[in-house]
Amino acid sequence: MPTKEEVFEKIRTALVEALGVDEEEVTPQATLVGDLGAESIDFLDIVFRLEKAFDIKIPRGELFPEDILTDATYVQDGKVTEAGIAELRKRMPFANLDAFAKNPAVQEFGSLLTVADMCRFVEGKVEVTD
Amino acid sequence: MRWYWIDRFVEFHSGRYAKAVKNISLSEDHLHDHFPNYPMLPNSLILEGMAQTGGLLVCEHNQFREKVVLAKVPKATFHCAATPGDQLIYTAKIEYVRPEGAMVTTTSHKGGVLHAEAEVVFAHLNHPKLGSLFDPETFLRMMRLLGAFDIGVAADGSPLTPPRGLIEAANGKE
Repeated sequence: MPTKEEVFEKIRTALVEALGVDEEEVTPQATLVGDLGAESIDFLDIVFRLEKAFDIKIPRGELFPEDILTDATYVQDGKVTEAGIAELRKRMPFANLDAFAKNPAVQEFGSLLTVADMCRFVEGKVEVTD
Repeated sequence: MRWYWIDRFVEFHSGRYAKAVKNISLSEDHLHDHFPNYPMLPNSLILEGMAQTGGLLVCEHNQFREKVVLAKVPKATFHCAATPGDQLIYTAKIEYVRPEGAMVTTTSHKGGVLHAEAEVVFAHLNHPKLGSLFDPETFLRMMRLLGAFDIGVAADGSPLTPPRGLIEAANGKE
């Protein structure tokens, strides 16, 4: 059973390999898109490395629910609706959506996810100790 | 324009791995510019050959239904130069194939020595403008030209054959 520190270390290794960033750049507060420069194709790569590192399965859209952002029932005029925010909160319990909810522009969504969110996401899939 | 950076498949195991040969010859015009008096195959074209080996492996695994596009090279390391007279053996191994894309790990060996290694990520794209790049006839001709159906092995161990859908699509174009 890994510790939270070990989960972070493995995630850091996965992000260094997938994004070509330096270890020091991968801090818990760093955002994947804004700070680490992740692009959409990188999420496929990151998901694969997380699956391998933790021996878990991550179905499409679980870490990054792009389907909601392209669903007309949840997006109006380029902004995620209240129903969409509610759905995102349900699908992404590991992420803090409060700041995004204040300005829910779709293009801002990519800058939301942090390394700490990713740690919480993995911790929800593997048993961890403190 | 011809864009073949492998000469022939020597092994092709559907859904698992493939090996291809690239013979480097001084008759390749571009080598005289890269570099004058010191011809060497550009690493970018070696990477393209490694990606073609893996890309066709992924395409075949998908029965040629997906538009497989080279999207990302997370890692590429070249250990030495490849010059005229060298024969490179590219090996590509499928790491995963998912609905949204795939990844292969690839190596290049020169005379049994590791010459280069890379990870290659492919995306499955469905943009209609990509249609002309993924002509079934082209795929069929390419796989035949490279000998994939001469030496290939299907997932069940039987000889590799072109998927029926690919043949029908190619015939439909004639």
